[in-house]
Amino acid sequence: MAFKTPAELQYTRSHEWIRIEGEEATVGITDYAQDSLGDVVYVELPEVGASFEAGESFGAVESVKAASDLYMPVAGEVVTVNQTLVDKPEILNSDPYGEGWMIKISVAPGVGALMSAAAYEKYVDEIKH
Amino acid sequence: MSHYISITADERAEMLKTIGVEHVADLFAVVPEAVRFPQVDLPPAISEIELRRELGAMAARNANPTTQSIFLGAGAYNHFVPSAVDQILRRAEFYTSYTPYQPEISQGTLQAIFEYQSLICALSGMDVANASHYDGGTALAEAALMAVAATRNRRTIVVAPSVNPQYRAVLRTYVQAAGIRILGDERPDATNDDLLALVDNTTAALILQSPDFFGALHDLKPLVERAHAAGALLIAHFDPIGLGLFQTPGEAGADIATAEGQPLGVGLSFGGPYLGIFTCNEKYVRKMPGRLAGATLDLNGQLGYVLTLQAREQHIRREHATSNICTNQGLMALAAAVYLGLVGRQGLRRLAELCYHRAHYAAAQIANVPGYAVVDRGPFFKEFIVRCPRPVAEINAVLRERNIIGGYDLAHDYPHLGNAMLLCVTEMNSKADIDDLVEALKG
Repeated sequence: MAFKTPAELQYTRSHEWIRIEGEEATVGITDYAQDSLGDVVYVELPEVGASFEAGESFGAVESVKAASDLYMPVAGEVVTVNQTLVDKPEILNSDPYGEGWMIKISVAPGVGALMSAAAYEKYVDEIKH
Repeated sequence: MSHYISITADERAEMLKTIGVEHVADLFAVVPEAVRFPQVDLPPAISEIELRRELGAMAARNANPTTQSIFLGAGAYNHFVPSAVDQILRRAEFYTSYTPYQPEISQGTLQAIFEYQSLICALSGMDVANASHYDGGTALAEAALMAVAATRNRRTIVVAPSVNPQYRAVLRTYVQAAGIRILGDERPDATNDDLLALVDNTTAALILQSPDFFGALHDLKPLVERAHAAGALLIAHFDPIGLGLFQTPGEAGADIATAEGQPLGVGLSFGGPYLGIFTCNEKYVRKMPGRLAGATLDLNGQLGYVLTLQAREQHIRREHATSNICTNQGLMALAAAVYLGLVGRQGLRRLAELCYHRAHYAAAQIANVPGYAVVDRGPFFKEFIVRCPRPVAEINAVLRERNIIGGYDLAHDYPHLGNAMLLCVTEMNSKADIDDLVEALKG
């Protein structure tokens, strides 16, 4: 089964996606990630104003069978947090790239290890086999 | 339901035939003959009559609450255990049941745990109670680890020197190799203000015990506020019997509250098994260690019980779990639940009053014995420090000859107190017992 991997986004090895628009970016988890987790029951998101390095854990997502940390694709400061996820964590399963966005950040200088959509699809294919 | 299902010779033969074996002995053929029935040098078996006499004589050498007047506390208390507790514990369904990770065959165990948790919440005023830990000391250590996890990895714990010294030792065992610093108890006479001065933005939690190891009561509310002002949690270690009278950790605003549940129908048992009570504020529940029983509805809409919020536990979270604990003291938790059910809210208050008044009576009498002084540390419950004219070991030896077990010798843990004894009085010490003790100290 092919997982959705929007071409305009960039991806990390830990299955987060990022949409960079100038100095701001939006972060979430991929379709492969939500599928692997199963039914999401809880999302732990950071406070607005919190700063993180690239690769640092900024929160966690919990399903009935697993709990996973969430990692920053790039360094930045949290500007907005998606409060809807707190009440309706299941949105992560149904719409991981749209309504399921997690945080908006202001991007700090420096680059994280990001992959294109094509590179990420290839990476997921390798994991599955 | 029958508890023991025996089999007939015919049934045995049928089973053997089904698996294709002629004799039971054939099942052991894989064990090398040389070690199958090894020669063991034992004396000939004795009869049950002789056995009882021999073991009975050995057991009679132990002091126990029925033969001694006990004034020793220091973390393990001589409280009454109603007969009904043992009757319920010994039911085979409870006595031999194992861990309830398969809810469909564990409803009885899970319901018992759920009721225990509910009673502990009602008692402590806290939002959530887990299924229990090994004992008060490990519960306290787990609380420290949880505070570190909950404060996004602040790595210092400030602990009062008036917290039980054995619990502080267990705490240090638990945090070794975890890169967590323990501060506050380097000086045995540090005050609460001294401790608060140590709380800063690296502090995950301040740990206080009330009543403390010396029996003194602390007003926790202002200490909670000061800890919170520095972004630290407050962990309160309490006495479950004391909550019959005094402010609960919930009322004080504690974030995590632990206790030794041994006073709740568990008995002394020569040191164990005991019961680690663990509770927390709801906002930290996902960081709480241990098992959690929950109530839910099954497919048919019927009430049922499960272990819940399992994504906290190490079999799912692995190294990100707050703790690797995956057990509880099920039977002792049941004892506590039965005890609280029997004693009830009014009964617990009455029990606490008895302990409070008798300890104060004892303190007043002892204060009048020449050579002895009671150390005033403010309001106290069950225990108090007695300054003695001679080493405590000598005094206790004399008391033992009169079948009195005296208080805890504080010389080892708190040498700055000199010849000092921690004396404990509970509802099991009658006025006559106390008067006998006072006479013995005079003589």
